[in-house]
Amino acid sequence: MPTKIDYDARIPNNVDLSGDRRLQRALEGWQPKFLDWWGEMGPTLRTHGVYLRTAVSVGRDGWAHFDHVNVPDYRWGIFLAEPDPDRVIGFGEHKGEPAWQQVPGEYRADLQRLIVIQGDTEPASVEQQKLLGLTAPSLYDLRNLFQVNVEEGRHLWAMVYLLHAYFGREGRDEAEGLLLRNSGSPDAPRILGAFNEETADWLAFYMFTYFTDRDGKYQLGTLKESGFDPLSRTCEFMLKEEAHHMFVGTTGVDRVVTRSAELIREHDTFDIGGHGGIPLDVIQRYLNFHYTVSLDLFGGETSTNAANYYTAGLKGRWQEPRRKDDHKLTDAAGSLSRPKADGTWETEEHAAILLLNLDLREEYRADCQTGVNRWNKILDEAGVDFRFVLPHPGFNREVGINSGHHVTPDGTVVDERTWLAGKRKWLPTPEDLTFVRSLMHPVYERGKIASWVAPPRQGINGKPFDYEYVYLS
Amino acid sequence: MTRTTSVTFERHPSGYRHWKLTTDGDVAWLELDVDADAGLVPGYELKLNSYDLGVDIELYDATQRLRFEHPEVRVVIVTSAKDNVFCAGANIRMLASSSHEWKVNFCKFTNETRNAMEDATAHSGQIYVAAVNGTCAGGGYEIALACEKILLVDDNSSTVALPEVPLLGVLPGTGGLTRVVDKRGVRRDLADVFATRPDGVKGRTAVDWRLVDELVPRQGFREAVLARAKEFARTSERLDGEGVELKPLKHRYVDIARSGSEATITVKGPEDDDGWLLDVTRELDDAILRLRTNEPELGTWVLRTEGDPAKVLEHERAVFDAKDCLSNEIVHYFKRTLKRLDVTSRSLIALIEPGSCYAGLLLELALAADRQYILDGPPIDDEDSEERAAITLSEANFGRFPMGNGLTRLESRFFGDPDHVPRLAEVCGKALSPAEVNGLGLVTDAPDDLDWEDEIRIALEGRASLSPDALTGMEANHRFVGPETLESKIFGRLAAWQNWIFTRPNASGPEGALRRYGTGQKAVFDRKRV
Repeated sequence: MPTKIDYDARIPNNVDLSGDRRLQRALEGWQPKFLDWWGEMGPTLRTHGVYLRTAVSVGRDGWAHFDHVNVPDYRWGIFLAEPDPDRVIGFGEHKGEPAWQQVPGEYRADLQRLIVIQGDTEPASVEQQKLLGLTAPSLYDLRNLFQVNVEEGRHLWAMVYLLHAYFGREGRDEAEGLLLRNSGSPDAPRILGAFNEETADWLAFYMFTYFTDRDGKYQLGTLKESGFDPLSRTCEFMLKEEAHHMFVGTTGVDRVVTRSAELIREHDTFDIGGHGGIPLDVIQRYLNFHYTVSLDLFGGETSTNAANYYTAGLKGRWQEPRRKDDHKLTDAAGSLSRPKADGTWETEEHAAILLLNLDLREEYRADCQTGVNRWNKILDEAGVDFRFVLPHPGFNREVGINSGHHVTPDGTVVDERTWLAGKRKWLPTPEDLTFVRSLMHPVYERGKIASWVAPPRQGINGKPFDYEYVYLS
Repeated sequence: MTRTTSVTFERHPSGYRHWKLTTDGDVAWLELDVDADAGLVPGYELKLNSYDLGVDIELYDATQRLRFEHPEVRVVIVTSAKDNVFCAGANIRMLASSSHEWKVNFCKFTNETRNAMEDATAHSGQIYVAAVNGTCAGGGYEIALACEKILLVDDNSSTVALPEVPLLGVLPGTGGLTRVVDKRGVRRDLADVFATRPDGVKGRTAVDWRLVDELVPRQGFREAVLARAKEFARTSERLDGEGVELKPLKHRYVDIARSGSEATITVKGPEDDDGWLLDVTRELDDAILRLRTNEPELGTWVLRTEGDPAKVLEHERAVFDAKDCLSNEIVHYFKRTLKRLDVTSRSLIALIEPGSCYAGLLLELALAADRQYILDGPPIDDEDSEERAAITLSEANFGRFPMGNGLTRLESRFFGDPDHVPRLAEVCGKALSPAEVNGLGLVTDAPDDLDWEDEIRIALEGRASLSPDALTGMEANHRFVGPETLESKIFGRLAAWQNWIFTRPNASGPEGALRRYGTGQKAVFDRKRV
């Protein structure tokens, strides 16, 4: 007689795990593989307890439970937002019909694909950030890194839950596949390009959590609208956690900019590299890179796949219920700017339903701009005469209508030679990367922080900055 | 065209409207005498012994009864009871007013009936002889082509003709084109001349071109035909034995349930009844025909069986061992019914569950399906049960029931792996577990009890969402691998072209040949070749 496992204690959940034999069996097969993966691909730095937030239920009190946790023992849970029994599908040809509680056979392949792609990004960032703990600028930052990592892990669990609970054996195979692909692996890379880029330093980490995790927010936002209710509810809860990752990114870049501004004032020069700070033009080049790589995650500007997902009710628009149209888009039109060989832009009319990726990208772009404004405000208040700029969406693109064209950050279409000549001004150079890396020395002393970044204004959960967020010995 | 009543397929000679069936010792006369006012659907007159589905349903019934009820009959003479006309073929007004799926289904059924006539000659020693006693055109000549011998009245005016191409802008789709070259060996250039001449070919030329076998003088035509029939009868290899009357169906062994776009066909195994195989075959045949004709929107057929596999194998053994006329007929009837399933334009999904009896000949149902799922676990509603699904191969799966392409269903399934079938012969007679069945490639998947309901639901829902036309095309291609035979050409190549032609404006458009036939107006063709 095998020992009865207390599933609810080991895996906090609100999906009746202890009463679902199929799900138990699936997770029993998957969890050891997940732990192996975490051991191999998760954070390199060994710790003896990290002050982490754990979700133990979806209620107001339950989702943010703080304590020191040994990271491998973190209780990854399965949480879906509370169900709305009257929920109806909000868009597409099934608009107005009750939301699906089961996978409609007609859309199995599409739904599975959407979930697998979303799921593939979650462990990827853990892999990309594997080494960062070795160079954390403070215990506070180290703690945030682990918080992001365990939540990416939980988001992986969230997608795996859907695959296990609703997609049968194929779903279980796909769930395993999420652990078999690895970021940057030459044999089995992650599905989307941005998740195979290296996150080599902490400035890149802040940029990644600001720009790339923000893409995640928008993707989750569209899946939250899905007619497949379990996916919708899963994504709704994930969005809550995702907000913290972006907080790490937003305040991280804030603090770098703040520190750079201080050093500029202190030494009365923009050339602060020699004083242990990161020059503003280097930050701009990082911004350019991470922003444009993240734009690629939105896919082509015109997409029949996205249109089909929309019509089928699988993936909606950002804040679909707030849109003032018919939510079917069968007759609507929209326009798209295309770079021309002669260096000008032309506007094309398209059916709106084919421009859904563009629609989402525009929402994202506007959101990114608020961060840039915020960083500029720091510079303004510090009296530093420099302004960050979000580059033109045509700049440095590998995906969509701009790929293959040479567009400068201000949106000028140029020839290849001009572009290559400007590239060093626009994108991080090998020297930039080497320089930033040279600043990355770990600071593990309580209350201390690296030279290139300012301390946060507040600690975590009301704790002070010099709290022992991570036990290292 | 609107239909208000659903079509039934059970007939009895006492109620025939269009045929007269008489037997005289070892010869049967099957005389076509179409009641022009007794069309199956209102809106057309069946002039000149032209036929519709109703006429063909009676012909099918007659061929069945001749095989089962008349072991003594060795030759069947097919002729006309009307003067100067043998048969003008399928009724054009019926075709012109029919929906596409009706036309296609009609062609399929008529082809199956022609194949059944040939099957009777080949496997039951009932030699069909066409005694063409007047004008014989289109589908009329196609009836004659299905006979082993064609005798043509030598009256200097009666012709055989395939005028579909020149007159109607369609094809002689009941196997006409195929049989002319493949069966009768008519030279292809002469076949080309023949099939493009609206007036047909008569007398000596018809014999020279091999379009008919013999000429018979008009005077004393029936006597001469009978004399030749007696000679043919002497060459027959019909087995001896008792006949059996085909009584009205009792619907004991085949159950049809409908849900959404699916029909679930449950076939029950034998209890202790000797007549099980014949009864279950008749019921299954009838179920296929009725679903095909009356319920075209039930696009997926889920095949299930229920019963004791040991009893299926026992019954099968008894039939195979009997080696008499009746058992021979039953085996070939089951073969034809499986072929009917093979050419059915529906998605076929076999579910193999605890309590099913996919053994031997019933396993052929699963092998005929496009996909097979076996439940690897206890019955869904009784998780404590020890019962598990199994299948058992028998002699029945290794050559008794070939498909239209001449291969067994196992050979078709493992066409790319010819060494596999001999290996399967080694486990013949053994009840194979779901894991073994899966390992041997005999099923598509073997979901366990936790996954089963969801997997099956999703598979069926997914199927229902796909284009029925694309599925029909895909399934027809996947089912018939490998070599072509006359049959596979008829159901594949010829039928596919005909289906396409039927939807083209040149045939079915307002100015198309099919619509304008008989109006005095000439069809207008779009001259572009596509």
